[in-house]
Order: sequence, then structure tokens, then C-alpha cells
Amino acid sequence: MNFSTIDRRKFLKLAGVGGAVFASGLPGWAEAQGAPGAADFLFVQLSDIHWGFQGPPNPDAGGTLQKAIAAVNELSPQPDFVIFTGDLTHTTDDPQERRRRMTQFKEIASAIKVKDVRFIPGEHDASLDRGKAYSEFFGQTHYTFDHQGMHFIVLDNVSDPAAALGEEQLAWFKTELDRLDRDTRIVVFTHRPLFDLMPQWDWATRDGAKAVELLMPFPNVTVFYGHIHQENHHATGHIQHHAAKSLIFPLPAPGSQPKRTPLAWNPEQPYSGLGFRQVAAKPAAYQFDLTELPVVKKA
Amino acid sequence: MKTSAIATWTRRRWLKAAAVAAAPALGLGVYHAAAAPREVVISMTVKRFEFSKKVIVVKKGVPVVIEITSLDVPHGFSVPDFHARAEVVMPGIVTKVRFTPDKTGEFQFLCDIFCGDKHDEVEGKLIVTA
Repeated sequence: MNFSTIDRRKFLKLAGVGGAVFASGLPGWAEAQGAPGAADFLFVQLSDIHWGFQGPPNPDAGGTLQKAIAAVNELSPQPDFVIFTGDLTHTTDDPQERRRRMTQFKEIASAIKVKDVRFIPGEHDASLDRGKAYSEFFGQTHYTFDHQGMHFIVLDNVSDPAAALGEEQLAWFKTELDRLDRDTRIVVFTHRPLFDLMPQWDWATRDGAKAVELLMPFPNVTVFYGHIHQENHHATGHIQHHAAKSLIFPLPAPGSQPKRTPLAWNPEQPYSGLGFRQVAAKPAAYQFDLTELPVVKKA
Repeated sequence: MKTSAIATWTRRRWLKAAAVAAAPALGLGVYHAAAAPREVVISMTVKRFEFSKKVIVVKKGVPVVIEITSLDVPHGFSVPDFHARAEVVMPGIVTKVRFTPDKTGEFQFLCDIFCGDKHDEVEGKLIVTA
């Protein structure tokens, strides 16, 4: 498989908006196919909240999520749905504490004005108990839904602590894909990258290549994920993979330093490196305009 | 024209036959093209949240077998640069990971089975010398 990294210089920086816009998709190809009745819409991706984390990388660990939710609530127009792509909570060995953190997280997330809020697990939520507590609070760890003519598939590559999808889920995934037309507009949400971004830092999915292989016959596929606490854009063939920033602490660029230790909190620029993503989806053209937004607006 | 049996011998077969014939005179008991280097065994343990060995030094071209046991929960052991990986390292069971380093340098080995809060710190350095 030929992996290529998208040149960061392709980003269009928008001064004054407080974010960067990235256009993703296959404009032109899908437009010719048409998507009758599908209207353009917005969704928001929030990721890697790590509720319960305490430490110097984020002195406001107990307040960053609330600030991000306030920023989401101020968006105009409002998104059609919001999705959290994993690591809602920071891991703990104590099952009761895990549930306490999930209770608190869910309560805080309930302040989101948008009614359609979706979740997927991260390894901090699900790996130590194979998704038991997560399922109690948030339901299934892999599922599908449809919106405006697009088909969304949530994959769970964290409930197995070995960071694998597993044969059972892959079989389910294949069955899901087998019933779709080849020109279906597909969006995949997952926590870990499905490709080997940096296996030396555990930034990979053991059997992710099998999932990507199953997706290859579909010309319209885009993957949104988290885990690496930074914006990243990558392509496996025609499939685009977009990683989102975290809401707790940023991590270094892949291979940029010996260890994957969190980047230090900058008191001069609090919350720098943190943020969330607004996605303007255009089903007819199968195009996504990504806008990276900060937790707090610059003064 | 009838081709002689000798003429059909390849150059490689001639060289091999000559080496076998000359072996006793050279004091060699048997003929070997080259002796394979012996496998180096490295024993270590892993627990939350560290490997017992932080640095492993091996030689390029010399086969290595990592014999590793967990002291507490299931862990992983992976050297991605050499595609060497254990399915899982279980407590009380010796898991063997074999590979032959084919390049020199410093490489990371890590636990790739999520084991808790400081999982990211369960790692070490593999140094491959010439």
C-alpha cells in the first residue's frame, strides 16, 4: 500500500478566523454522480478529553472541556451533530473511579446545545475492561448511522488492549460494506489511526490495514480519528485520514523527539495546541472543509 | 553432438566439489559455505510501567531471541523497525520474540498492549552495532 503524507503547505491559513481550513475529498468526481436530496451540513469533532487527568501539561484540566463546549455552543450556524472520537476519560485502575469519571463527563457533555451527540471509545476509556464501563454509559463501541445521504461507520480499535479491530468486528465491517453501493459516501470514525502512522509510539492499529483494504473499492471514503493529540492529514491511496487535536494536552509531531511526552503548557499562550474541528460536509461533491478551532478565542 | 556429463556441471557445482575435496587438507572436518552466527538470547521482564532492560545492545546480522515474561498484567513487546512483535506477553509465561537486525542504529522497543496510566512509558532502546 502506498502511503503519502499531505504537504502541510497545502493548508489555507485564514487570518483572523482563529482556525485553519483544509479541503478534503474528491471534488468533481462525486459531483457528477450526484446525491439527490442531500444538503450540505456541519459537524464537530472533539477528541481526547481525558477527563480525570491531572498534571502540569494542563493546569486547567478540570475546565478545558467546559470551555470547548461553550465554544461549540457559540458556533453559528450550529452543527447537525457533534462526535467525540475517544479518550473521553483518563484511564484508571479503579472501576468505580472510571464510572465516576464517565458520569461527570457525560453530565458536562450534556451542556452541548446540539441534540445529536455521538461518542466512540479510546483506549483510556475501554482497554482495561474491554469496553465494559464505556458500553454501560455510551452504548455500542462500533455502529453506523446515516445523515444527509452519507454513511458513517464507527470502528472500535481500542476495546482490545492490543489495539486491534479483531476478526469479529472486521467480519461485521465487511458485511456492512458489502451491502453498500460502490458510490456510497462513507465517513469512518475511529480513535487510533488505521494506518501505521508511528508504530514506534503505538500510533497504529494492529489490523488496521485489513479495514483500509476493505474500504479501497469505495472511491468516497474519509477517516476522522484522534489518539495522537494533534492535527494530522494522511492518505492511504485515495482515502484521506484526518487526526484531530486534543482537549487536554498536545503531543509532539511523529518522530520529532525521542519520546512521545506531552508538550509543556505555555502560560503565555494557555490552551495552545488544543482545539476542536468543525467539518463542513458537502455530500453532493463528497467534499469536507475542515476548520480547526481553538478552545478559547485569542484576546 | 553428445554433451559430456562433465560439461553439464555448472561452475558453482565445480567450486563446491573442489571445496569438499580440499576440506581434509585444510583441516576442516566438514564442508560449510559459512557458519551461521549463533542466536543471542536476551532474557527480560516487564511490569507496570517498565521493562527490566531499558537498553539492549545487539549486533547486526546476529539472530536475537528476546525471552520476556510479565510480572503483573498482560503486556506487549514490539520492535516495529524489525517487524518483531509478541502477540502478548502473559504473566508467568516466557514469550519468545525472534528477529535478526539487518541495519545498525538506535531503535525503539515498546509495550503495545495498553496496560494503564503510564503505558506510554513502557519502552526501551535497541542499539544495533556493526
